Formats: sequence, C-alpha cells, structure tokens
Amino acid sequence: MKSLKNLSQRTWWIVGGAIVVVAALLPLLNISIPGVLPGATYTPGTLQLLALSLLFASLALSYHLLFGTAGMLSFGHALYFALGAYGLGIVLQQTELTLIPALGLTLAVIIVAAYLLGALSLRVTGISFAMVTLAFAQAGNVLVRRNPSLTGGEEGLRLNTEHIPDFFIGVINTRNLYWLALALLVVVFVVVAWFEHSRAGHAVAATRENELRVRVLGLRPFGVKLMAFVIASVLASLVGMVHLLLQSGTTPRATSADFTLTILVIVVLGGVGSRWGAIVGGIVYTLLDQRLTALAGSDAIDGLPAILRIPLSEPLFILGTLFILVVLFLPGGIAGAVQRLSSGTSATPLERKRLEEAE
Amino acid sequence: MSTIILLLITGLGLGALYFLVASGLSLIYGLMGVLNFAHGSFLTLGAFAGWELARRLGGESWGTLIASMLLGMVVGALVAAATEFLLIRRLYNRHIEQVLVTVGLALATVALFEGIWGTDPIYVSAPAWLAQTTEILGARVPNDRFLLIGAAVLVLIGIVAFLRFTRFGLVIRAGVENRSMVTALGIDVRKAFTVVFAIGGAAAGLGGVLASHYFGYVSPQLGGSLLIFAFIVTVIGGLGSLAGAAIASVIVAILQQFANYFLGGTGDLMVVLLLAVVLLVRPTGILGKKA
Repeated sequence: MKSLKNLSQRTWWIVGGAIVVVAALLPLLNISIPGVLPGATYTPGTLQLLALSLLFASLALSYHLLFGTAGMLSFGHALYFALGAYGLGIVLQQTELTLIPALGLTLAVIIVAAYLLGALSLRVTGISFAMVTLAFAQAGNVLVRRNPSLTGGEEGLRLNTEHIPDFFIGVINTRNLYWLALALLVVVFVVVAWFEHSRAGHAVAATRENELRVRVLGLRPFGVKLMAFVIASVLASLVGMVHLLLQSGTTPRATSADFTLTILVIVVLGGVGSRWGAIVGGIVYTLLDQRLTALAGSDAIDGLPAILRIPLSEPLFILGTLFILVVLFLPGGIAGAVQRLSSGTSATPLERKRLEEAE
Repeated sequence: MSTIILLLITGLGLGALYFLVASGLSLIYGLMGVLNFAHGSFLTLGAFAGWELARRLGGESWGTLIASMLLGMVVGALVAAATEFLLIRRLYNRHIEQVLVTVGLALATVALFEGIWGTDPIYVSAPAWLAQTTEILGARVPNDRFLLIGAAVLVLIGIVAFLRFTRFGLVIRAGVENRSMVTALGIDVRKAFTVVFAIGGAAAGLGGVLASHYFGYVSPQLGGSLLIFAFIVTVIGGLGSLAGAAIASVIVAILQQFANYFLGGTGDLMVVLLLAVVLLVRPTGILGKKA
C-alpha cells in the first residue's frame, strides 16, 4: 500500500479542496447517516450540529498552532474564544455599529489584549506558562460572572440581532451560518498552514525542539513565539464570534477552564502536530458529544442497572475515559493511527517524539 | 480591629484548605514533574466519602467527624496511589502525556460524581460546636476555622517529620533534588512515587472533608474550584517546595479575604494579579529552585 506520506503536497491540497466542495454542497443534498447525524443534511438541526463541529475543528486548529507547532501548553486558550464571543456580543448590544464594523472593533481590541497577555505569559515557559494562562483565563471567567449588567452573568449573553444582516438570522438561514463556519475553517486552515511554512513558523518549530539551540543561532525565540500566540488567539476569537452568531448567544462556560481542557482533548484525540488530525478531532468530538448526550437520554440506557446506567449517562465520563485510553494506547491520536495503518508499520517514533519534545 | 482579626483568621482557615491541596501538588511536581489535574477529584471523593459515612452514623457527634476525616484521608490515599500505579507509571518520564492523563481523569471522574451524587450541592451536618463562634479580641470567629488551621498544621508537621525522619522521606527529598542520581545509586524511586501520591491524596481527601464543613456542602465541583487556587499557590510558592506552598497558601488566602472585604469582592482578581507580579519579578516563585 502506498504510504500517505509519499503523496505530494499538491495531491493533499486537491483532496482537501474536494472535501471542502463536498462539504459546501451538503446543505443542498439529502443525505442521512443514521446514528451519526440527527437527520438529513439539509435540515437546520443537522446543519447546526455540522456548523458547530466545523467551528470546533477551527478552534482545534488554532490550538494546534499553539500547542502542536509552537509547543506551548496553554490552559487559557478558551479566554480568546470567549473574548471574541463576548466582545462582539457586547459591542453589538451597547453600540449602534453594524456587524462588520463591530467585528473590526472587537478584533482590534483582542489583538492588543492577546499581545499584552501573551508578552506577559511568555516570560515563563513550560508548566509555569500553562499556569499563568490558566490564571488569566480564570480572571476572565470571574470578570464575566461578576458583571451581569454587561455580560448577562450566569445566564449568558444573548445576541442582539438588530444590526445583523437578515441572512444570518432565523432557523431557515442556518445553512448560511454553516457556510460561514466552513469558510472560517478554510481561512483558519490556510492561515495556520501559511504560518507553519513561513520563516517564523520554522523558527517557532525549531524553538519547540530546542530553544537553546535557536538562541545560539542568533535568533530570538520570544518574538516568533509571541507571534504564534497572537495569531492563534486571534483565530480563536474569530471562531468565538461565529459561534456567537450560530448559537445566538454565549454562556460563561466559554470562559471556563473546562472549555480549554475540551480543546486540548480534541487536539490530542485528533493527533498532536497534525493539522488534519485537529480538524478530524474537532468534528469527531462534537458529533460524539452530541450522540452520547442523545444516548444518555434514551430508553435503552434508562433500563440498565445503576452500575452501567450512571457511567453511560454521563457523556463527559465516556469522553474522558476515551481520552485516557487514547493517550495511553494510541500516541498520535487519530492522525497517528491512520498514518500507521497506511504505512503498514506498528512503530510510532514520529508521534511519540513529537509529543515528548513538545515539552 | 475585630474585622481585621476575623478576616485574618478566616484567611488562615482558607489558607489551610489551600495548603492541604497544594502540599500534595507541590510534592508530586517536585519529585515527578507531573502537574496533577486529578488532584481536585481526590479531594471531592474524600469529601463525598466523609459525607456518606456521616450520613450513616449521624453527623452531629465528634466521633463521626473524626471518623469521616480519617475515611477521607484513606480514600484519598488509596485512589491517588491507584492513579499513580495504573495510569501515571505507564507514561514514565513523558510529562505532557502524564498531565493529559490526569486531565482526562479529572473530566471523567467529575462526570462520574455528577452521575452518582447529582450536580446540586448536598448540605452536611457537623457537631454543634463547629457552627458556633468564639470571641477573640472582639471578633466573633466561626469555630470551623480553628479545626481547619489545626488540621493543616498537623499535616504540615506530619509531612515534614515524614520527609525528615524516615527512609522513604530521605529518598523523596533526594529524588526532588536529583532523581537520576538517586536512581543511579540503585534505589527504586518508583516506590517513592506511589508513596508521594498517597500522601498527597490523603492530604487532599482530608481537605475535602474539611472543605465540606468550611463551605457547608459537598458537590462534584468542590475539588475543581479549589484546585485552580491550589495551582496558583503552588506556582507562587515555587513548584516543588513544601514550605513555599505553606507560605503562599497563607498569603493568597489572606489577600483574597481582604480584597473581597475592602475592595468590593475582587479577591479572585487580586490573586491572579499577585501571580502575574510574582512571575514577573521572580519566575521561580518564592522558594522555588532555579529553573
């Protein structure tokens, strides 16, 4: 069998383009996949779920840039997603701006915030970096909960649809939001791929492998790391903004540490260091989460004895257990497993090396 | 004046809780380089175990309280040791993956606790004395604070004595300094890993029972909310330093109490600010080793 690695770069882009075209046509087709999707692909409910999974794929990609490429284990990535969602929501609520100017204003604020917080967090590395980002995200969480007049507090923020174009409003227009989410995924993918292939991307990957050596070569890791941090944060905030439009609002859960952990779980599930893995991880996770939630409420589960019923009715328990099993037995996640299958070997030196050296 | 005394003693009580969680985190990180995200679950499980026991024996007697504290410690220690033995050990020296496994465990166990005990807080009963107050210099201090402070001091003395006067303690201290050297001398450090996890789990389990009396309830989220502050305490005190964790627990908790009272409930934000300042001025923390 031909190894996936042997396929040329161009073949990959063609395959990717074909997948995007098929994905773009989905709202016009009538495809049912029982057990995976709740209904036919043209129904709003299914499109909503698919759009959500595309958003999680984009978010996972932005985290891949941070963790997989730059090797920075952040526990505060949700903060930037939340800044996007809450920022845009608040601007739309408090000002008379229409969608595009509001988006631009929010983005400008977020770039400054990501730059400042990133510059501060990057003074430390490794586990301390993880802790600082976690602390900043926690501060964001506190701010959101403590200012209900602005953010809606525990209730969450509802989207003010007054200044939003009509084609993004209402159940019937879910497919427009789906296309928006798809377009965002393509943009995020191109930006991440472009960054990884740029000089800064190579420098940041080299820093991940051996920071001291990069310094000895006369480069400054701080600048490129900060750049990766800001780009990843801005991409995450864009995902947050589209998420706000899709869900017609946002909740404090978006700011929580659990949400960052979810993104981390997705990236590891898909395969650390692989762009495709992040995308597949995001889609698989969202569908799995939705299906498991549906399963938890089903009659089949209700009839089981307590010792089986309680664990099976908690989607997070199953996902957490699955995650542990992947980390223990499937280094490289889904992407790693696919690569192993296609190359016909059981050895996993590449993924293992990547994970180890991501420290 | 009485307000300040009250805030100080309440802060000490909260600091005692932080210390019970952070001591285990710090020891584990110091020896093994693992940041244990599942530590909150050890605490929550200890709290639920204590509550289940108190529910069966009747929660108002002192005997029950002491028994539930002991049970919390035992449950925490067993679960922590099992975690180390079954999950962490398999990923020897792969720190990121070890962290990921504890993250998965934390997510799964919190969901499991929600499935078993529900998401709502469950109120606990305690000996009547704990609910009363004692007057110190004009401040009426709730008595449970004294229980917390006393327990944390005992745990601190216990751990220090264990580290100083036992052979395991010697191995652990040496391992924190230089693990490869200890291994090279032919000592099996891995046993020490399990012991450290068990000690940390016992402290967390005890912390769980005490936290349920401090807050007045148990819930599946109990551990997670304390864990974030314990992380901050551990970083401020210096990763791997027990004394640093003790000092930082007190500083963080008292700062939190004072900011909450005098600066309009900004305690959590002030703690994050303190963390940022400490990392800017002294990235290794108060008593941390040089990175």
